[in-house]
Amino acid sequence: MAGLKDATAIAGIGQTAFAKRLPESEKALACRAILAALDDAGVAPGEVDALASYTMEETDEVEVAKALGLGDLTFFSKVGYGGGGSCATVAHLAAAVATGQATVGVAWRSRKRGSGPRPWRNTAVQLPTPAQWTRPFGLLRPVDEIGMLARRYMHEYGATRDHFFNVALACRNRANQNPAAIMYERPLTREMYMTSRWISEPLCLFDNCLETDGALACVIVSAERARDCPHRPVYVHAAAQGLPAQHHGMVNYWNDDPLTGPAWTAARHLWKHADFTPDDVDVAQIYDAFTPLIPLSLEGYGFCGRGEGAAFTEGGALEIGGRLPVNTAGGGLSEAYVHGFNLITEGVKQLRGTGTAQVPGAATCLVTAGEGVPTSALLLRS
Amino acid sequence: MADTLLSPVPDEDGAPFWEYAGRGELRVQACADCGELRFPPRPCCPHCRSFASEWRKVSGKGRIWSYVVPHPPLLPAYAARAPYNVVVVELAEAPCIRLVGNLVAADGAPLDSIPPDRVRIGTRVQVVFGADGLPRWVAEQP
Repeated sequence: MAGLKDATAIAGIGQTAFAKRLPESEKALACRAILAALDDAGVAPGEVDALASYTMEETDEVEVAKALGLGDLTFFSKVGYGGGGSCATVAHLAAAVATGQATVGVAWRSRKRGSGPRPWRNTAVQLPTPAQWTRPFGLLRPVDEIGMLARRYMHEYGATRDHFFNVALACRNRANQNPAAIMYERPLTREMYMTSRWISEPLCLFDNCLETDGALACVIVSAERARDCPHRPVYVHAAAQGLPAQHHGMVNYWNDDPLTGPAWTAARHLWKHADFTPDDVDVAQIYDAFTPLIPLSLEGYGFCGRGEGAAFTEGGALEIGGRLPVNTAGGGLSEAYVHGFNLITEGVKQLRGTGTAQVPGAATCLVTAGEGVPTSALLLRS
Repeated sequence: MADTLLSPVPDEDGAPFWEYAGRGELRVQACADCGELRFPPRPCCPHCRSFASEWRKVSGKGRIWSYVVPHPPLLPAYAARAPYNVVVVELAEAPCIRLVGNLVAADGAPLDSIPPDRVRIGTRVQVVFGADGLPRWVAEQP
């Protein structure tokens, strides 16, 4: 069977500026990011025949294609579950290109979450399931839902706020090296973290990602085509989505083991199809809407055992030179929160050797989408 | 309404839960064929695929599995009560069935009637129903 392994590559990446407020529309930002990615890949807009994005993306394919003068599209796909869909956009395009349904795919995300409304404030579009079981009691926001799992995780495994601080600090330190990051010139200290205001105990301000305006895109072509593009190809080595049996999304309180989430399901498929193991991963970009998602993901993707994710963060393990450098541009916590798409582009930069906090000789990178919701992940290699 | 707490917006599967709760009864959907309890309610049993279900009365006893203490920014009615607790309670009869609620001082007491530092994982609780028909929880008297 001809598989997905190394059959396609990310040949171009593009992004806009990141800010709390950008003047342009989400549609204009999407167009700019996509054009930047195509320019980076050396591919003409008229060659694009596939698109993929998130179901939450507000600019649809028709708008993108007609504004940018794209060619005839033969494949387009949208992935659900918010930040859980990030890596799947690339995975769907890789599958389409590998199976001959398209030749040049563009994945993108454009979002004005910085200046736009907070989704949880909308009481008119309460989803009846499962919000009827949670929102009336004041479990209103994603941070409350994840805070509930975080408290249980701390109780079961002895994780502490210092472990969550280790995550926040590693991301902030990398953002301090990245001029494009929102938090470029704003160092974080343990004192700042421990005395910051609560958002939903046990999670404080610095356990939460940023609220950002910005857009990003990447271009996926066949491995053969990528070798003729200007930059070193970054191959899609393996890709997976993950929706475990009896999973309930962010309010995953109703099964035998709520702390074993979609990451475990995606990881099993990912490693089954890969030529290397977690020990061989040089750098990881792990979805970080909230700090506890990183220890949970470290467990799920097999970097440590069950319950060991918090302890894994000790001793600078997540920093450059540590056991597993993560979120080397600052992640959602400190670079920009654009539903995890900046983790994909940073993975590409690391494997090109052009990261602002470059891991020396990085040749393999895990990129993950949101843990705690139906998710997706990519193994990239140079 | 900006100044009132949110009411449940039931779907077809969840409606019986809220109807029983409105009468002060805590009932959980169970398969009428294999007998397995399931939550949240759904049309088909994931164990035996039967579409026959019933609503089984439970004791209303449980233990706190986890909790959070939300602080603003929140919807206005909740911000006015913050910091308050939200608990997840595992039911005594079926520990994998966990209900989101609030630990309160008494039947009908507000969300913030228990100091946040008094909430503990493992506390034994008993369901109570306020005038709004929502199940909330009080600590079991030793």
